Amino acid sequence: MSAEPPPEPSAPHVVPCPGGPLLLRGVSSVRDADGVEHPARRPVVALCRCRRTSEAPWCDGTHRLLAHAQAPTGHRAP
Amino acid sequence: MPPSSTLAPAAAPRPPRLPSPRGPLGEAVVTALDADPEGLSGSPEALGRATREDRLLTLWTLQELHRGGFAGVEDDAEDAPGVVALRRRLEQELEARLRGRWLSRAEPTESAQSAQSAQSAEPLGPAGPPPGAEPGTWAAEAIDGLVAADDGPSLARFVQRRATRAQALELLRLRSLYHLQESDPVAWLVPRLPVVAKAALVELQYDEYGAGDPARLHHHLFARGLEACGVDAAYAAHVDEAPVEILEQVTTVTMLGARRRLRGAALGHLAAFEATSCVPSRRMAQGLRRLGLPEEIGDYYREHVLADAVHEQLASRVICGALLEAEPQLADDVLFGAWTCLDLEARFAGRLLDRWAAS
Repeated sequence: MSAEPPPEPSAPHVVPCPGGPLLLRGVSSVRDADGVEHPARRPVVALCRCRRTSEAPWCDGTHRLLAHAQAPTGHRAP
Repeated sequence: MPPSSTLAPAAAPRPPRLPSPRGPLGEAVVTALDADPEGLSGSPEALGRATREDRLLTLWTLQELHRGGFAGVEDDAEDAPGVVALRRRLEQELEARLRGRWLSRAEPTESAQSAQSAQSAEPLGPAGPPPGAEPGTWAAEAIDGLVAADDGPSLARFVQRRATRAQALELLRLRSLYHLQESDPVAWLVPRLPVVAKAALVELQYDEYGAGDPARLHHHLFARGLEACGVDAAYAAHVDEAPVEILEQVTTVTMLGARRRLRGAALGHLAAFEATSCVPSRRMAQGLRRLGLPEEIGDYYREHVLADAVHEQLASRVICGALLEAEPQLADDVLFGAWTCLDLEARFAGRLLDRWAAS
């Protein structure tokens, strides 16, 4: 084991943010529950998990205004 | 290719004029830069008589020589010995003042403490991830704790509900010294970072700079917004209006970005800036629409709602996390930078809201 070179660093495609959104790296679009396709316009996008965003499906920072108990805590997407 | 109608004219950038001095130090420096930068003393006689405002405007002027320069000042003035020595001295003073504020900051209230991680609730000792902690999680929680404890007044909330059109336009002019060069000081950090943090910072910066589309470049969006409002969008056009709190904000972000030693504080500052952008940007956009200001200036803020929802997570969790994974000794500097960002904004907001309330 000790002779193995350290693993190459890599950027994960999915980064859950406790209390906040789910980051998705390198996706071209996101399809919502109604089948509507939302094109991703930036290298990394943040998907809302608190369900209070006014920019669905994207995070708009509203989770910061929620009481701690209402903020998403799990590591899974809704 | 983006539609050419959305691009700025292809003219070379027009360097600003030297600012109007605000005291004897500024007089001495502006006179020397105009005539003979090599003749500037690194310790002008006027230094002893200079106010904080005079010193900060002078520091801003010296820092700008490394960025875009000034009309009528030779390009190689940026490393004239007196310029370098005086800039170093003024930055040492600035850093000492900021570190003094960080060390003597008020203890967080109980409710703010409960929002902080156990580590960052320890206010005065050197902070850092405990053994075994994941650095990104630690950085995100510690910076969120500082943001949650921040009880500074909000200019965005005032603009959203109450500001007059004249007040909103004044705020846009004052912010322009920062927003028309935002991300540039952070760009200086790139060569000074370990590999994972470097890749993560460039990923964020790529988005800040429009992801290849100049029409989406954030400081260009701000310039288009100003123009639509009939406000001069040339860089530094409004520097003579900038109060001492704005000068302290912009000289701090340049100092942090341009000094390798301060890379931890620079990334902490970035993380706190992004973490306090998303919701205030939405409030600004709503307030500007309430006042009937052009959609272009609202577009700048609306872009920041979605961009900074991503950037705030990247900056703390991914970028500061990667920095601390490689250089854990920088943890306290990351928090110093984050707290300083919040503190400088609270000082500016307090000053402007007090003045507006009095008028």
